Amino acid sequence: MIGSAVPRKEDAALLTGRGTFVDDIHRPGLLHMVYVHSTEAHALVTGIDTEEARSLPGVLGVWTARDFADLPPRPSVPGLERGYLAGDKVHYVGEPVAVVVAADRYTAADAARAVRVAYEPLPVMATVADALAPGAVPIFAPLPGNLALEQQVTPDDVTADLAAAPHRLRARLVNQRCAGTPIEPYGVLADWTGAGPTVWATVQAPHRVRAEIAERFGLARHLVRVIAPDVGGAFGVKSSFMPELFLAPELSRRLGRPVKYVETRGEHMVHTYHGRDQIQDVEVGFDAEGRILAMDVTITVNIGGVPDPVGIGLATLTSYMLGGCYRIPKIAARYRSVVTNTTPTASYRGAGRPEASFLIERVVDLVARELGEDPADVRKVNLIQPEEMPYQTPFEGIVYDEADYPAALDLLLGELDYAALRAEQARRLADPAAPLLGVGLSTFVEMGGFGPTPLFEQFGYLGGWESANVRMQPDGSVIVLVGTAPHGQGHQTALAQIVADQLNVPFDAISVLYGDTAVVQEGTGTMGSRGMPVAGNAVRQAAVEVAAKARTIAAHMLEAEADDVVPVGDGFQIKGVPEATVTMAEVAVRAFKPHLLPEGTALGLEHTAYYEPKNLSYPSGAHGCVVEIDRDTGRVTVLRYVCVDDCGTVINPLTARGQIHGGVAQGIAQALYEKVAFDPGGRPLAASLEDYMVPGPLDLPSYETHHIETKSSFNPLGAKGLGEAGATAAPQAVVNAVVDALAHLGVRDVEMPCTPERVWKVMHDAR
Amino acid sequence: MIPAGFSYVRAGSVEEALDELSRHGDAARLLAGGHSLLPAMKLRRAEPGVLIDIGRLGELSYVRADGDRIAVGALTTHRILERDPVVAEGAPLLAAAARRIGDQQVRNRGTIGGSLAHADPAADLAAAVLALDGVLVARGPSGVREIPAREFFTGRHRNALAAGELLTEIRLPAAAGLSQAFEKFSRRALDWAVVGVAAQARPGGGTAIALIGMGPTPVRATAVEEALAAGVPAAEAARLAARGCEPPDNAVASAAYRAHLAEVLVARALAAL
Ligand SMILES: Cc1cc2nc3c(=O)[nH]c(=O)nc-3n(C[C@H](O)[C@H](O)[C@H](O)COP(=O)(O)OP(=O)(O)OC[C@H]3O[C@@H](n4cnc5c(N)ncnc54)[C@H](O)[C@@H]3O)c2cc1C
Repeated sequence: MIGSAVPRKEDAALLTGRGTFVDDIHRPGLLHMVYVHSTEAHALVTGIDTEEARSLPGVLGVWTARDFADLPPRPSVPGLERGYLAGDKVHYVGEPVAVVVAADRYTAADAARAVRVAYEPLPVMATVADALAPGAVPIFAPLPGNLALEQQVTPDDVTADLAAAPHRLRARLVNQRCAGTPIEPYGVLADWTGAGPTVWATVQAPHRVRAEIAERFGLARHLVRVIAPDVGGAFGVKSSFMPELFLAPELSRRLGRPVKYVETRGEHMVHTYHGRDQIQDVEVGFDAEGRILAMDVTITVNIGGVPDPVGIGLATLTSYMLGGCYRIPKIAARYRSVVTNTTPTASYRGAGRPEASFLIERVVDLVARELGEDPADVRKVNLIQPEEMPYQTPFEGIVYDEADYPAALDLLLGELDYAALRAEQARRLADPAAPLLGVGLSTFVEMGGFGPTPLFEQFGYLGGWESANVRMQPDGSVIVLVGTAPHGQGHQTALAQIVADQLNVPFDAISVLYGDTAVVQEGTGTMGSRGMPVAGNAVRQAAVEVAAKARTIAAHMLEAEADDVVPVGDGFQIKGVPEATVTMAEVAVRAFKPHLLPEGTALGLEHTAYYEPKNLSYPSGAHGCVVEIDRDTGRVTVLRYVCVDDCGTVINPLTARGQIHGGVAQGIAQALYEKVAFDPGGRPLAASLEDYMVPGPLDLPSYETHHIETKSSFNPLGAKGLGEAGATAAPQAVVNAVVDALAHLGVRDVEMPCTPERVWKVMHDAR
Repeated sequence: MIPAGFSYVRAGSVEEALDELSRHGDAARLLAGGHSLLPAMKLRRAEPGVLIDIGRLGELSYVRADGDRIAVGALTTHRILERDPVVAEGAPLLAAAARRIGDQQVRNRGTIGGSLAHADPAADLAAAVLALDGVLVARGPSGVREIPAREFFTGRHRNALAAGELLTEIRLPAAAGLSQAFEKFSRRALDWAVVGVAAQARPGGGTAIALIGMGPTPVRATAVEEALAAGVPAAEAARLAARGCEPPDNAVASAAYRAHLAEVLVARALAAL
C-alpha cells in the first residue's frame, strides 16, 4: 500500500459537511465566552467599568486579570511570565483585557461592547526600530528594555574570512509578518464536571495541552481530558497556548456549566499569534565562480508585545538552516528577539526554517547577479553532493540525511525547460508590448521529523517521540491509536497504508484514531513535519510487533515453526504448502482464546510502540517559478510553478501532493499577497479578510509536482516529512522570479509581498 | 462578526415596504441581497434597529426592453444581469460589470438596487450605470421621482434617496450595437476594484467614461471625455484620466498608484472600444 495514491479516508465526512469541529459541539447548559480586546497598542489600563455589561440580561459575569491572579501563569519563558488577561497595561491592539460569559453568543458580544476600559496612552513602538531606539520605554514589564533575547548561535567570527574573500556583498532582507488564517479559527469548549475538565479544543498537541491545563489547576492528568476533534487547519498557530485554553475550563469550574469560546475572524487577525517577521542582515564572501566562502548573519525578530516561549527562540531554527543545501564552510549567526506593540509572533508553517531558506536562496541569487552568472550555475557550484551525505553542517547536531540535491535541480531545470525560458525572456525583453518574464529557482532543505527528545524538550514537550497502538479486533480488522493530532494532513489514510503493508490486512479494514487523551496513549502531536518520519515509524513498529505475534499464533495453528510460516493473501501458510493456510481473521479470534494459544502467550493482538527519532530529517527539493509582470501595472502573474520534492519515502502520492499544493499556496501568498501590517500607532491594517490578502484559487497557478525519493537512513520508513516543504520553498522561488524579471532595470530586491503597487513603484523608481 | 440585536419584518409588496419605512424612520434599513448590509452589521459598522426585508419582492426583479430604454428592477441580481439576453443586447456594459463582481455566490444574492444604494466608491455596477447615463427611479411617501445617476452618488456610502424612499428601477438608454469596455483592476481575482473603468460609445458619437476607486463616489472622467470630443488621440486623452479626481490614499493603494492605474485602464478601455 505504501506508494499508492489511495483517496483519503477523511474526505467522505469532511466533504459532505459531516465533520465535527469545536463549534459543532453542544453541551446542555452551554455558556459563551467572549473577550474584550484592547483597542490600544500601548497604554496603561486605568479602570475597567463592567457595571453595564453585568447588568445585561443573560450575562453571568465579567472577569478581569485580577480575578485570575491565583492561577499560575500561562506556559511562558521563565522570568517572562504572562498572565491570561492584560493587567495594568496593554501591549498590543487585540490583547484580551476582560472576559464575558453569557447565555448566548449575541448577549456575550453585546456585553463585551458594554465594558468600558479607560486607557492612559503610552508611546507606541510598532516596529523593531522604534522599540530599539535609544530611550525607548520598555514594553513588557519583566524586561528592562525591548531586547528580549540576544543569541549568538555560533561562536564563529567570520570577519577575517569575509575580508579574505575575493568578492563580498551585503543585503538586508525582510521576511514579513504573516497570519495563519486557518479556515476554522481558534475554539475551545470546556466542561468541568466532577473532579476535572473535559476540554474540546482546536489544538495540535492534545496531550501537551492536557499537561499544561492539569499543571495550572493542580490536577493529576487522569482528571483532565483534552479532545481535538476535527481541526480545520492549524499551520502552527494552534500550537500556542492561548489564554482561552485555561480561561474556559476555569470559568466552567466557577460557573458549574460548560463554557465555549470561538474566535471570530476579526479576532483571529489580531488575537491569534502571527508568524515570520524577521529582518535579516547578511554579509557574504564568495569567489569568482560564486562559491560561498563565509557568511555573517544578524536576524532581528519582531516577537510582538508579550513574548511567546516558542516565538522568542524561533530564530534558532532559522540560524541552523542558514546554509541551505550548500557547502558553506563558515557561518556566523546571531539573532535578536525584540518586543514591540504588536500581536505576538510564534509558529507558522515552517516556523523559522522558511525564513532561512528565503535568506540563503535570495543570497545565492544576489551572488549570481553580482558575478553576472546564471543562478542555476551558482547553485550547482555550491550544492552539497550526494556522496557527502550525511552532511555535518557548521551547526553542531545539524546533520543532513541522504539526498541528491544536484539531481533535484537537474530534474527541475529539465521540467522547466530552462534554456527555452531564458530565450523567451530575452525575446520579451526586446518587445516593449510583451509582459516581462522572470524565472526563479529555490533549491531548499528544511527540517522535518521533529524531533529528538533533547531538542523537543526545549519547546516544553515531554518528548520528541511519537506513540502508536495497533490493535487487531477479533474479526481481523484493525484500530490504530496514534499520538499525533492531524488537522488536514490525512493521517487516517497514510498511517493505515503503513499498517496494511505490515499486517497484510485490507486498507478498508483499518481505522486510525487520534486527538483524545482519554483514548490515545501518551502522545506528542502534529507539528514540525513529524507525521510520517516520527508517527509513521511508531505505527510501523507497533504493526511489526503485531504481525510477528500473529505469525506465531498462525504457526501454532498450523503446527509449524514460526520461521516456516509466511504471509499469503488474507492470512498465512506454511512455506511451500499451499493447502496449509489460516486466515488473519482466524488468527485474530485465536488471539482471544487462552486455552488454544501456545504456552505463555499473552492474550490479545496488540502492541504499543514509542518511536524516538535519532535525528531530525531534512526534506529538500528544488522549486521553480515562472512569472510574468505587466509593465504598466506591475502585476505579477505566476505562469508556472514546478516542484521537485524529496520527502524520502512517499507513503501516498495523492496526500503528498496535497501537502505540497497547500504549502506552495501559502508560500506564493507570502511572496505576492499577504502581510500583517500595522500603522505607526500600532493599529492593525489587515484585521479582516477584506484587507488581509489571502489569495483564492484563481490567483494561484496549477502546480506541477515531481518527486525524487531518496530514503532517509535516519528512520526505518525512510520518510522525511513534507508538511512544511512547500511553504519553505515557495516564497523565494517567486521573489527570485520577480527580481529576475526586473534585473535589466538594475533591480536587486523587491520586498514581500510583491504587490502590483510595490512592483510598479520599483520599476518606476528604477527608470 | 456578531451583529447587534435587531428586529425583522418581511415586506410583501412595495407598498408594505414603504409603510414599514415610514413607520420605523431612521431606525430601519432595507434588506435586499444582504451582501453589503449583513457584513457591515456583523462588523458593527451598521446597527439598524429594524430590517425590512424586500429580498422576496419578485415584482422588483425584472429586465424589460422599453422602447429605446431598458428597465431593470432594483431587485434584479447581479447573476441575472450577467446572463439576461435583453441586457446582453441593449446594455452589454452592465453585463460586463456584473460579471466581475465578487464570486458567484455574491452575484447570486447581490442586487443592482442594493449595490447602487450602498454607494460604495468601488462598486462595479455604479461605474456601468454612470457611464450609461442611467436614471434611478425612487418611490417614496410623496410618489415616484427620477434621479439621474450623475446626481445619485453624493458621497462615500451616501446617496440622494430621501428618508422613506426606496429604489424601484434603473432605466438605461439602450446602447445596442455600440461598443463598450469594462476594465477592473483588483488585488485578487475575486475582489473589489482598486480602480475600475467603464467606457461606453454614445449613440450620437463621443464616449462616456466612468471611474470607480478614484474618489468618494464613482465619477465621470470628464477631462478625458472632453479631450476625445476635441479630437485628442485616445492614448493621449487617457493621460487625463485622474484629472479632477481625489483618489483615496490608503492601505489598499496609494493615491499616486490609483491615478496611474486610472490612466492605464482608461487607455486599455479606449483601445478596446
Ligand atoms: C465577498 C463579497 C465580495 C463582493 N465583491 C464585490 C465586487 O467585487 N464588486 C462590487 O461591486 N460589489 C461587491 N460586493 C458587494 C455586492 O455587490 C453587494 O451585493 C451589493 O453591494 C449590495 O447589494 P445587496 O442586494 O446585497 O444589498 P444589501 O446588502 O441588502 O443592501 C445594501 C444597502 O442598500 C440598501 N438597499 C438595498 N436595496 C435597496 C433599494 N431597493 N432601495 C433603497 N435602498 C436599498 C440597504 O438598505 C443597504 O443600506 C461583494 C460582496 C461580498 C459579500
